[in-house]
Amino acid sequence: MLYLFIEQALNGLQYGLMLFLLAAGLTLVFGIMDLINLAHGSLYMIGAFLAAAFYQWLGSFFPALLLAIIATALIGVILERILYRRLQGMSHLSQVLATFALILIANETIKIIFGAQPLMIGMPESLSGPIELVPDELYYPAYRMLIIGVGLAVALGLYLLVNRTRIGMWMRAGASNPQMAAVMGVRIKPLFTFVFALGAALCALAGALLGPLLAVSVGMGESILIPAFEVIVIGGIGSMRGALVGALLVGMIDTLGRLALTFGLKLVVDSATAATLGPTLASMMVSLLMVCVLFFRPQGLFPARG
Amino acid sequence: MLSRFGPGRKIETPLLIGLPGPWTAIGVALLLAIYPLVMSAIGEDFFIIVGSRILIFALAASALNLALGYGGMISLGHAAFLGTGAYAVAILAKYGIVAAWVALPVAVLAAALAACLIGAVSLRTRGVYFIMITLAFAQLFYYLAISLPEFGGDDGLPISARSVIPGLPLDGDLGFYYFVLFIAGLAFVLLYRLVASRFGRALVAIRENERRMAAIGYPIYRLKLMAFTLSGGLAGLAGALLANLSMGVTPHTLTWHQSGILMVMVIIGGSGYFWGGITGAAIFLLLEETISAHTEHWNLILGALLLFIVLVAPDGVMSLRERVLKLLRGGGPPAPEAIPAGEEKTR
Repeated sequence: MLYLFIEQALNGLQYGLMLFLLAAGLTLVFGIMDLINLAHGSLYMIGAFLAAAFYQWLGSFFPALLLAIIATALIGVILERILYRRLQGMSHLSQVLATFALILIANETIKIIFGAQPLMIGMPESLSGPIELVPDELYYPAYRMLIIGVGLAVALGLYLLVNRTRIGMWMRAGASNPQMAAVMGVRIKPLFTFVFALGAALCALAGALLGPLLAVSVGMGESILIPAFEVIVIGGIGSMRGALVGALLVGMIDTLGRLALTFGLKLVVDSATAATLGPTLASMMVSLLMVCVLFFRPQGLFPARG
Repeated sequence: MLSRFGPGRKIETPLLIGLPGPWTAIGVALLLAIYPLVMSAIGEDFFIIVGSRILIFALAASALNLALGYGGMISLGHAAFLGTGAYAVAILAKYGIVAAWVALPVAVLAAALAACLIGAVSLRTRGVYFIMITLAFAQLFYYLAISLPEFGGDDGLPISARSVIPGLPLDGDLGFYYFVLFIAGLAFVLLYRLVASRFGRALVAIRENERRMAAIGYPIYRLKLMAFTLSGGLAGLAGALLANLSMGVTPHTLTWHQSGILMVMVIIGGSGYFWGGITGAAIFLLLEETISAHTEHWNLILGALLLFIVLVAPDGVMSLRERVLKLLRGGGPPAPEAIPAGEEKTR
């Protein structure tokens, strides 16, 4: 029982960290550029598909991952230059509609290029086995361990980037007050492009890493977009620390809530009903958490601007 | 910052924009009444069903237009109310209650209640947060629908027969079309009365300048909540008709994609114009019908069209009339105006 709990907690950590990769980009774009980007999930999907394509071409995982990240970041730069720049300063309604349009276009384009069938990315051979965490008792897949490791490393890297570098200083200044930052001499346009490309690269990293665990399919972006938005609203829009805490919170609630609710419901209803009811109730709990945060603390748990 | 719902949007006669004269309304009603007879005369019975569908979505989009266009409340969760209405009809039918005079009012009340509760919480937030919180609430409804095997879960809930009005044949497509036309017509008259009333004027004024209206002493929160509730109730009515049209309901009606589509319809037509929702729904569904017949990549074209509208004609089709009139009068594009002091973009 304890080991099951630990295993699920690790799964929650892994899901939370992947959510963080998406939420980090989303919260930066939202906070710095004041832009609602519903198509953020599409970049994640594009990253995953590119990784799958490169994997089929090269036959090995890590080079494919790297190429996918670079390619998606480039797509991010192009999108920022031709579309998002125009959307800045438009009303939120226009941004919602334009990025909604982008989702439709991205989904359909991927369907035309890759077909409607889900793609598979093979796991790297060396990581396909389990790791023995507690001898004979607790095994955990090595690949998931890698995801957790990468997620933690990226979180640390982003922390250093945002808090210890000059670019990070500009980003923080931009998030707390873009006009003032521009007036004080931050070259805000290249900064926007950089932030957007960074967000796209993080999306691709998440998409490619999750590729071997999930099926790479059209529409995968939308299923993770809503949790990612919930994360940044819970954490506080524009706040990196908020994104990390929010992502871990959402990851844990979703995974452990699923376990606990399924377990608890089995006492009340039959196990088949409990198995379907548990996961959806857990998803509802995440939405409810966001509603509560918005109601009682609308600026989020860690507001970016004081 | 110039925003569509903020200050800076210049409207000389904001209350009269797009409000139809009586002759236009009668003309449209007559055309819609003749339409199915023509279709059945030329043997295109299928287009009667398309007509019913357009009327239903015209109602749903107009309901959203009340909140979005007139009230300036950017709701990305109206699918919840459409779905509530549809599920109300389907659930009642499951327990053998098929009388239309029970099913439709129950659907409207259920959706209005949902909208009132959601609105009461959501309207305390502003800007982006309002968009997000309505989206989150709609997701709650979606998860609820797929988690209850009692009501069909993932597969949805089919109904075996349409709602019944004694003496009226609603089973046939023609009869059902006239039923929808009658109900939707009533709803549009109600909407017209609402928009043209003091309430409607106050609502538009709140959209234009909330602070000023608060200073004058209008109960902003209560008025917005009323508009949101009415909007939800009308969307529920559309949902009830939709469940009858498609003989059942699936959780897809509750997805945020559906909310997005409703918003798209309003924007295509022109948000804040009386005919906006109706025109938008008609254009959207007719385009979908014709383009899907030729290619399976309808979404690609829709996406491109939507981008074009947002970037080039953000006021929708109904604004074109005024633009053309303005051009004919020889007026150039309106000069950019100063932003009133003390106004900030709400976040």
